[in-house]
Amino acid sequence: MKRAVFSNPWLPIMLLVPQLFIIAVFFYWPAGFAIQSSFYLQDPFGFGSTYVGLENYTDLAQSAEYKRVAWFTLLYTFAVTFFSLAIALLLAVKADNVLRGAKTYRTLLMWVYAIAPPVAGLMGVMLFDQSRGNITKLFETFGWEFRLGVDYWDTATAMIIVAVWKQVPVNFIFFLSGLQSIPRTVREAALIDNRSATGRFWDVIFPLLAPTAFFLLIINITYALFDTFGVIDTLVKAEPGNNPVTLVYKVFIDGFRGNDLGGSSAQSVVLMVLVLILTIVQFRLMERRIHYT
Amino acid sequence: MARVTLEDVRKVYPNGFEAVYPCSFTVNHGELIVLVGPSGCGKSTLLRMVAGLESITEGEMSIGDRVVNDVDPADRNIAMVFQNYALYPHMTVANNMGYGLKNRGMAKAEIEQKVNDAAKMLNLSDYLERRPSQLSGGQRQRVAMGRAIVREPDLFLFDEPLSNLDAKLRNQMRIEIRSLQRRLDTTALYVTHDQVEAMTMADRIFVMNAGRIEQIGTPSEIYHHPQSTFVASFMGAPPMNLLPARTTGNTHVELADDLALPLVSHVDYAGPVQLGIRPEDVRLKDGGDGGTPFKLDIVEELGATRLLHGQLAGHAFTVAIPHEERSFDDTLTLDLPQDALHLFDHETGRRL
Ligand SMILES: Nc1ncnc2c1ncn2[C@@H]1O[C@H](COP(=O)(O)OP(=O)(O)OP(=O)(O)O)[C@@H](O)[C@H]1O
Ligand SMILES: [Mg+2]
Repeated sequence: MKRAVFSNPWLPIMLLVPQLFIIAVFFYWPAGFAIQSSFYLQDPFGFGSTYVGLENYTDLAQSAEYKRVAWFTLLYTFAVTFFSLAIALLLAVKADNVLRGAKTYRTLLMWVYAIAPPVAGLMGVMLFDQSRGNITKLFETFGWEFRLGVDYWDTATAMIIVAVWKQVPVNFIFFLSGLQSIPRTVREAALIDNRSATGRFWDVIFPLLAPTAFFLLIINITYALFDTFGVIDTLVKAEPGNNPVTLVYKVFIDGFRGNDLGGSSAQSVVLMVLVLILTIVQFRLMERRIHYT
Repeated sequence: MARVTLEDVRKVYPNGFEAVYPCSFTVNHGELIVLVGPSGCGKSTLLRMVAGLESITEGEMSIGDRVVNDVDPADRNIAMVFQNYALYPHMTVANNMGYGLKNRGMAKAEIEQKVNDAAKMLNLSDYLERRPSQLSGGQRQRVAMGRAIVREPDLFLFDEPLSNLDAKLRNQMRIEIRSLQRRLDTTALYVTHDQVEAMTMADRIFVMNAGRIEQIGTPSEIYHHPQSTFVASFMGAPPMNLLPARTTGNTHVELADDLALPLVSHVDYAGPVQLGIRPEDVRLKDGGDGGTPFKLDIVEELGATRLLHGQLAGHAFTVAIPHEERSFDDTLTLDLPQDALHLFDHETGRRL
């Protein structure tokens, strides 16, 4: 690595200040505040707070409701990650067969990525709409009375489908460029060595795609855990009732609907720890990951 | 017995470009054929059609007694060595070599045996557990060779396998590949644009130009009896001198009005021709009668030989002479031996 030497010791500090300021104001300060308030019981009407020690955490550990949400989050994260990656990989492999060397089409496909995310959420709500939704109507013809926001698993299905739908283009682009960067001659060597296309995929193509896949795995887990807040919010319309929610959404509900700031702070601290673990895992594995060059 | 037979095989790429015009030839068992020609002339295309990596637009190709037009590359029992080696980056050297065997359902112990044998032959035994990224260019090249050898194929296909190596290693590998191919008694097609490789390795050379095979012949035939000006100037370094001249329908060729050279045999044709003379066939005349005047411009020192560049009958001309201590005058007299003169049609460039 190149070592830059600054003659003036203040210059690097000055250059770092804006970034450090942003991190401090938007991350460390609220995080510290959350940790602090997780040890207090807030008065629902805002008339002060009492120190309760770890009570918020023990409550959380004993709450059947919290466990249920945690399980659902796990299931949800797994489903969204798995389907986003699997569908994107399948599409990328198919597209790659057609697009070998055709860079123009690849750029065209990029547009989907640029357009899809914001529009997808809204379209999901419309498509799954109880009375007008096209997908609801489609399910109806199969005899499935789909009731978004009423039936627990129907809502869960819609949440998963919309979240996957939003994420597939991103994964697709990454997988496609990963596939297209595999040297043609390596594929050809495999063509001579192995007659089975499936065998070639799992023995040669997929291992060469593994660094991309691993990177996307982490990105997708993070996405499913945290970034799907908007999708869930639009689909359950801030009325959780009997609807499935994830841990992140529960923080919001308990804190801002239930006015239980202490409990919701404890929940966000748990999530922070989760992110920390995920980050450590990512860096550890990234370091060890083999660079095939 | 692996003979390779092509009958009117032609390649047109989907964009309509005709990369290989219909061509027919037979490669005999155990022969090493070198395909040589300038960049873009269709050498790789032809080789890749034999490998099955490129479809055959028209014609029939057989390896052994089997027509392989529609046979999968993996089923043709061939092995290919690529210019950039195309090793599997995520596999160890041993797995790189054994992958093809594994897919044929060979037993583990047998694969290991074969890989070890090949590794020993190629001095790779110490590197079997390494990945390609941990090897030098020369070692990677050997792994690629090993991967080809273990398959015990009917046919080796090489696409410029040595062009990424330095000159010394290239010379060494050239000899090794040649002796391996002999020892294994395996037919081989070898693509290169290096004429030294072509001359030294080939049983027969196929000279290609713009999608056509210009000439097929042994290295000596190609060198001494080029069938066209293209072959004449492509093979040999420095290239053959080509001068405009004219024949008069008898046993002489005229370079200028006052400069006629005697030919070995009578030529019926009278008219403009191209006269070819290899620089190394020319002798310097020490005196005496006759000879052809040559105006010297520059001398290039190559160590073993010396190149004299200058003008002969007003045209650029090069002479190669063995190295010897000597200073040169501006004007020299050359001896152009009768049997060193090649005549070509002035329009088509075909040999007369
Ligand atoms: N997929 C393709 N589509 C269209 N034209 C192609 C394609 N592949 C190759 N060509 C053209 O076919 C011609 C022959 O290509 P080929 O790769 O066989 O050349 P080559 O003799 O191997 O050259 P080099 O010595 O540079 O490797 C070239 O003019 C090339 O541009
Ligand atoms: Mg080529």
